[in-house]
Amino acid sequence: MKGKNEQIYYESGLPVPETPEPGHQPKPWGKTHVVGKPLPRIDAYQRVSGAAVYPSDVTFPDMLYGAILRCPHPHARVESVDTSDAERMPGVFAVITGKTPEANVKWPYQNGVKTKLFDPICRFEGEAVAAVAADTPYRAWDAVRAIRVSYRVLPFVSDEKKALEAGAPAIHGKDNRVGKPEVYQRGDLKKGFSEADVVLEESYRTECELHTPMELHGCVAKWDGDLLTIWESSQGVYAVQSTIAEVLGMPLAKVRVIGHYMGGGFGSKLEAGKYTAIASLLASRTGRPVKLFLTREETYLTVGNRPPGYMKLKAGVKKDGTLTAFEFESVVTGGAYPARGTGLVDWVVRELYTCPNVRTQRIDTFTNTGVARPFRAPGHPQGAWALEQMMDALAEKIGMDPVELRLKNIPSFSQAQPGNPPYTTTGLKQCLQKGAEAFGWKTKPKVKSSSGETGHIRTGVGMAAGVWFVGGGSPPSTIIVKLFSDGSVNLNMGASDLGTGTKTVMAMVVCEELGVKLDKIQIENADTGTTQFATPSGGSKTVPTESPAVRAAAVDVKQQLLKMAAADLKTDASKLAIVDGDVIVSGNPAKKIKITKISAFKNRGVLIGVGYRGPNPPNRAINPFAAQFCEVKVNTKTGEVEVVRFVAAHDSGRVMNLLTYENQVFGGITMGIGFALTEARVLDAGQTGKMCNRNWHDYKLPTALDVPADMTAVPIDMPDDEANSTGAKGLGEPVTIPTAAAIANAIYNATGVRFTATPITPISICRLAAEQGRKG
Amino acid sequence: MEDDPKKNESATNKGVTRRGFLASVGVGAVAVAAGGKVSAQPPAEILKAHDVTKVTLSINGQTHKILVEPRWSLLFVLREKLGLSGTKVGCERGECGACTVLIDNQPRYACMTLAVEAEGSEITTLEGLLDGEKLGPVQQAFVEHDAFQCGYCTSGQIMAAEGLLRHDPNPSAEHIREGVSGNLCRCGAYPHIFKAVGRAAELKGGGGGKS
Repeated sequence: MKGKNEQIYYESGLPVPETPEPGHQPKPWGKTHVVGKPLPRIDAYQRVSGAAVYPSDVTFPDMLYGAILRCPHPHARVESVDTSDAERMPGVFAVITGKTPEANVKWPYQNGVKTKLFDPICRFEGEAVAAVAADTPYRAWDAVRAIRVSYRVLPFVSDEKKALEAGAPAIHGKDNRVGKPEVYQRGDLKKGFSEADVVLEESYRTECELHTPMELHGCVAKWDGDLLTIWESSQGVYAVQSTIAEVLGMPLAKVRVIGHYMGGGFGSKLEAGKYTAIASLLASRTGRPVKLFLTREETYLTVGNRPPGYMKLKAGVKKDGTLTAFEFESVVTGGAYPARGTGLVDWVVRELYTCPNVRTQRIDTFTNTGVARPFRAPGHPQGAWALEQMMDALAEKIGMDPVELRLKNIPSFSQAQPGNPPYTTTGLKQCLQKGAEAFGWKTKPKVKSSSGETGHIRTGVGMAAGVWFVGGGSPPSTIIVKLFSDGSVNLNMGASDLGTGTKTVMAMVVCEELGVKLDKIQIENADTGTTQFATPSGGSKTVPTESPAVRAAAVDVKQQLLKMAAADLKTDASKLAIVDGDVIVSGNPAKKIKITKISAFKNRGVLIGVGYRGPNPPNRAINPFAAQFCEVKVNTKTGEVEVVRFVAAHDSGRVMNLLTYENQVFGGITMGIGFALTEARVLDAGQTGKMCNRNWHDYKLPTALDVPADMTAVPIDMPDDEANSTGAKGLGEPVTIPTAAAIANAIYNATGVRFTATPITPISICRLAAEQGRKG
Repeated sequence: MEDDPKKNESATNKGVTRRGFLASVGVGAVAVAAGGKVSAQPPAEILKAHDVTKVTLSINGQTHKILVEPRWSLLFVLREKLGLSGTKVGCERGECGACTVLIDNQPRYACMTLAVEAEGSEITTLEGLLDGEKLGPVQQAFVEHDAFQCGYCTSGQIMAAEGLLRHDPNPSAEHIREGVSGNLCRCGAYPHIFKAVGRAAELKGGGGGKS
């Protein structure tokens, strides 16, 4: 098992077994025949036909529906819960509260903090107080509304800076700091700033962003005697298994979690939720399967967020573009409990550009708000919002092109990781250069164009870069490949496919090695009962973690097969290769045998290959890099921003599937547009502390009309042969790191106004434009 | 996130009118005869909240006679009572479009439609676009252009596109964007969705994607 200090956010708090000794790992591919092509997904039919059974689609004839009564206050003590009316209502099978004996279990947060499942102190709006199972969801909600709770409302604090002030309500009995401030330092800051020709300082703010995946959080829980089966919309079935087994005091083997399909997570489904424990308890009490999916409103309150934060960045640069110093401070809040996904805000400041003198500090605070969960590239879009706007400001001040300034400061090794390991590959330069070329950066109008009757429509361009702190994957991963006598293949993998195309990429890896057609491959995945251990799919590590293990398993099958074919062909196995379903003798392609005709294989009937994920190369940093460019139109009268076009250049190692690659790039940009322009949790901080915009009407996601018609992905296809045997690095998170900052820089270019707080709304644009007008 | 104007139009032109519907809903009781076409029938008994009533729903060409509570949404009945889980649930408040179905060829949110309202109309769900196991043209186009990631909004996107193409077989790029603008995709597969709808128009025999 890995020690605590070695764990990254997507596995923290979970027991992570080691992968067995991986044995010989195959050499890197040269040219590939299948991997890299733009191929439709192997599960596309299921997803467009309705055949895919998502966890929320699971039904049983005797199934009940669960619903949770949640605290309406941001901070309150539950004094009494009266369920008598609810229990008498038609169709109600069970009502459970903190007084229910079997519900008296502990729920684990991070840092070893545990509370009761239905804790008498509710530290955020939406904390669970009681739950109901009834024969329809309508009746379950009728019963929830009939439960009478007496709350003593307590003083609350919503804002992370106010949480640190003297006299702020103490959420956990002392000051509201989550541990000590995290401090990072290298070089000599004072010296760095004294060497600078230009020193700039700016404060930034990014608002709380909500994941809101399309499929709601929830599960169906069903007991068969002492075996609990859970169909959960999850990024990691093994994470759910370990938490539920711990909470309910059950053997791991008796908790089976299945998540074949899931409708999006973005980090919010890396961990188990209280709802799963509650559904399991309701199912046990009633002796029936229970479906418990949250309402959309509940997901806004209770299943995580990207923490809001205040940031301050001071930066020094010489006239020639040499960066001399960065000083960065941030105050964030992961909500009412120690949470994952609150860190890494400073990572891009530490890592992205060569800078010898850096100091960063981060303070995490408790507030009476929903508990954070990792959100697509935790910390990074926030840090990039600050750093990449600062880089633009520095470039302007020294009269240098922003792309040139970045090109001048490209590091060849990781400055932030212990021991300063060199990167296996770094495509930052290529991202900047090829992205700029595809965008036409050099030919961009140097003077902003204005149109409209009074010149109030302004056009501007902007860019930003990024690095993701991991993305190389790591053990553990174990994969089983089964080759059947007719040449078809079954691939067994524990990892979830979040919609990123994981399964398709893995099938393509098998194709590459065994020459099997894609439609002859069936994948079994994400089931703790039948598939191998995997850490949750997150951190952009699923492809670089799983694909080398898939390749190793396919190679294991191949070696067995070639040995068998060698007997038929009366030659040595080392001289054989598989081409289009035939085993051929190298240099003598006429001498061949169909895979299905190999004598020993016909007798055996099925070949089983096992692949393990080998370790990463020692003392090397494996990171994906990014640069994005955009053009915006700003209407300074109405404050509307139209994102006209985007070009995104990404180095994520080998491009495994060009079609799904492009799709993910566009998806990351779309999410970044929301972060920059529309998305923010609004709290009634002055009066009630409640969330005001807990739905998609008031909390706006980008729609089909809000994304540019003109989006271009520029793949920097650099197989990272040193990183692992497929040469892949992560993609899913890097694609959303630079987006918001690039938009802010473009809006600055268009308007001359620096917007340092997200989201840049029409109101903020009109206000700042007016202020600027007054200043004249 | 604006409502598709076509959907509003459909609500007033076809089936139940908003006024007629509101008029039929009393406090704590719901009348079965919910305006529109149904109101031509003799006045029905007044039901209590938990009473059930018989409705006949025509879904994908099949007739289903079932007992429902008047407050049950068409979405709930499709997914939980009839096993047609291709139609997805995203918000249950008419914001995301994951539950889009066609009612008399118009894209409608099944979460905002009561099952009793849908009586007398022809309902088409994602499953209804299949010919046996064979994908319909819009579904096929979504496969070819990888017009989804997690796939959870996809059913609604496909139904919105199907509805669009039934009324405009040859939509412009702008009409395509408008046609799916009532359907959120958190994965952000929009550019591929636009391409797929253009391709679907081709497969259906229209031009598609003209600007």
